[in-house]
Amino acid sequence: MEQRSNTFLDNASEALKNTGQAKRRDSMARLTPLLRSAAIEDAGDFESLRQQMKQVRQHSLDNLAHYLTQFEQEAVHNGNRMHFARDAEELNSIVLDICQQHDARRVVKGKSMVTEETGLNSFLQRAGLDVMETDLGEYIIQQAVETPSHIVTPALHKSAEEVRELFKDKHDLGPRALEDTTDMVAEARQVLREHFLKAEVGIIGANALIAENGYSMLVTNEGNGDLCANLPKTLIVCTTIDRILPRAEDATAMLRLLARSATGQSQTAYTSFYSGPSRDGDVDGPQETHIVLLDNARSEMLTGDYREMLECIRCGACLNHCPIFASVGGHAYGWVYPGPMGSVLTPLLTSLEQSNALPNACTSCGRCAEVCPADIPLPDLLRDLRHEETLEKLSPSRWRLGLKLHAWVSQQPWLYRALTATIIPLLHLMGRRRGSFTRLPFASGWTNERNFPAPQKKTFMQLYKAGMKKPNE
Amino acid sequence: MNEQQHGDHPASNESMQVSLFVTCLADLFRPAVAFASIKLLEQANCEVTVPPSQTCCGQPAYNSGDYEATVPLARKVIEILEPADYVVVPSGSCAGMICQHYPRLLEGEWRDRALQLASKTFELTTFLTQIAKIQPLSEQSTELPTITYHDACAGLRELNIKEQPRQLLQELCGVAVKELDQSDVCCGFGGTFCAKMPEISGKMVGDKLDNALATGAKILTGGDLGCLLNLAGRAQRQGEDLEIRHIAELLCGDLDTPPIGQSGQR
Repeated sequence: MEQRSNTFLDNASEALKNTGQAKRRDSMARLTPLLRSAAIEDAGDFESLRQQMKQVRQHSLDNLAHYLTQFEQEAVHNGNRMHFARDAEELNSIVLDICQQHDARRVVKGKSMVTEETGLNSFLQRAGLDVMETDLGEYIIQQAVETPSHIVTPALHKSAEEVRELFKDKHDLGPRALEDTTDMVAEARQVLREHFLKAEVGIIGANALIAENGYSMLVTNEGNGDLCANLPKTLIVCTTIDRILPRAEDATAMLRLLARSATGQSQTAYTSFYSGPSRDGDVDGPQETHIVLLDNARSEMLTGDYREMLECIRCGACLNHCPIFASVGGHAYGWVYPGPMGSVLTPLLTSLEQSNALPNACTSCGRCAEVCPADIPLPDLLRDLRHEETLEKLSPSRWRLGLKLHAWVSQQPWLYRALTATIIPLLHLMGRRRGSFTRLPFASGWTNERNFPAPQKKTFMQLYKAGMKKPNE
Repeated sequence: MNEQQHGDHPASNESMQVSLFVTCLADLFRPAVAFASIKLLEQANCEVTVPPSQTCCGQPAYNSGDYEATVPLARKVIEILEPADYVVVPSGSCAGMICQHYPRLLEGEWRDRALQLASKTFELTTFLTQIAKIQPLSEQSTELPTITYHDACAGLRELNIKEQPRQLLQELCGVAVKELDQSDVCCGFGGTFCAKMPEISGKMVGDKLDNALATGAKILTGGDLGCLLNLAGRAQRQGEDLEIRHIAELLCGDLDTPPIGQSGQR
């Protein structure tokens, strides 16, 4: 996927001007936290659940090589073929090879952010394959030739009206008007059924890999994952190495947090465990199954300063609670993963140079960390990325030097007092008539959006030293 | 999230020795906040000193990622404040910086000293409700109009400041806060964020102001001057008839000082 993270501010500006989408984002930003908090309350002790989850995730990562080996053994024992891909290109080639070995022409896909990360669809399409997304949201944006704007609800940016127009344009509707959303869902289902039945290969993602039995776990609300997994003759599960959990019990513990954090459901409509190819006597299921595990910088993260980010369970709660995501939407972030988790992941999976605006798209308000079911300190990780940005001198030099100078002057009290005792009374005189400035040199970022309040007569330190008990205006 | 870790604080009738960390924004833009804080602390039977060489806690550089520039400043602040029995800060974000972020930033002996300082450093409304419990003055009679309260993020999430200001407004001023819709959402200040990403910040502060205006309150107050300067600047830009004042000013009945961003010569 082409990256546009370095134009974040322009992307954001454009997004803010799209009033229709901005309005929908506002209502989603009000709704989703309510849904989540109701569901979390219902789950009992959120804090101990998430600490338990954190321990399990940490333990899995501490022993990643061990559990990956165990998973591989068990998965192979179940009849799966295992593949490891170092990077995006390798994953794409492995998948294409499998498709070509089976002379496949048609592929159906379940929702998978990992294959968004590797750009699998366009890679397969360039090789002449017909690739059909089957998650409703993914299907919609595929038809519209767009990218996901949210990791859980990829077509969040689309209105029902836009989807209706899209279907009118892309489908042969005849006289049908698709008045209700249920009509639209039925329409998509009808179209997708055909594809499920014709496809030779199904590709799905995974929410977890279970080391003790070699199963992969997938949650969906539409059941499309199961159709992708069971109808085509060949199944390919694409996911990353960090999805590993030791036991089935850990995966079900994760389920208690995942759907509640993601959509406010106590559980998703479908939770599936895939063991491998169908066995004698099974009524359905694929004849051949592959599991492709992608690294793509994860093993680097494992030994680096941002390791906690590997504990992310991809619920999207941080997106739903981020006021900046709510303001600008997912596309502004310019790559696959948006919001707070995306602002940490994007620099790590691509480069900080290409995406250094993202860690700055944060007020450190802490709402993301408060709701994160994996208890990832996202604002701290984002600040640490800004630290790297500073060290690598990627931020504008006037900011960098200005802040250094401010920190230095703040260590020289006499100089600080002398400067502020000159500037503040002057600012007061200039601004006292109106009480605030509509413009100030060196502060256009501030004054573009709001006035700059004028200070009181003198600094507190001046007044206090003079023995005053009040600012005495 | 993380509760402030504090040691035992003996309750006694002796007055407590408190050092006020004024914060740079109060020093430079709103001395009224510091004067009000002193008055409130004295009312709560504290002896207040203002360490003279204090400046800024270092949040601008720290939050922008310049840890190297912040470390010497943080050490300086520790040196200045650590002789105190208690340190009181009329700002959740500056108190959070000292209590949560200095220990994260510093290492070795300095980290220990940071933790020591953190154990006796309090945001103003927390201190007045939990450590030196303030009693209303019998003659306190300033009639306050309707008030809404902005929960600043750092105070809310780093120091659990939520009930404290509401309790004080009720006990000292006899007013109940008219609650803001979306009260746990950031106002878009975020330190240098507001100047680095003005358009997004403008959207956020606009939303916050809309929610404040929707309460019908005459005064919007809060515990952090950063947020309040942001909100006051936006209110002035939009020409809104809303007074914005720091909680300390209201608690000590100071309505003579013109609201933030407004002139006294209207």
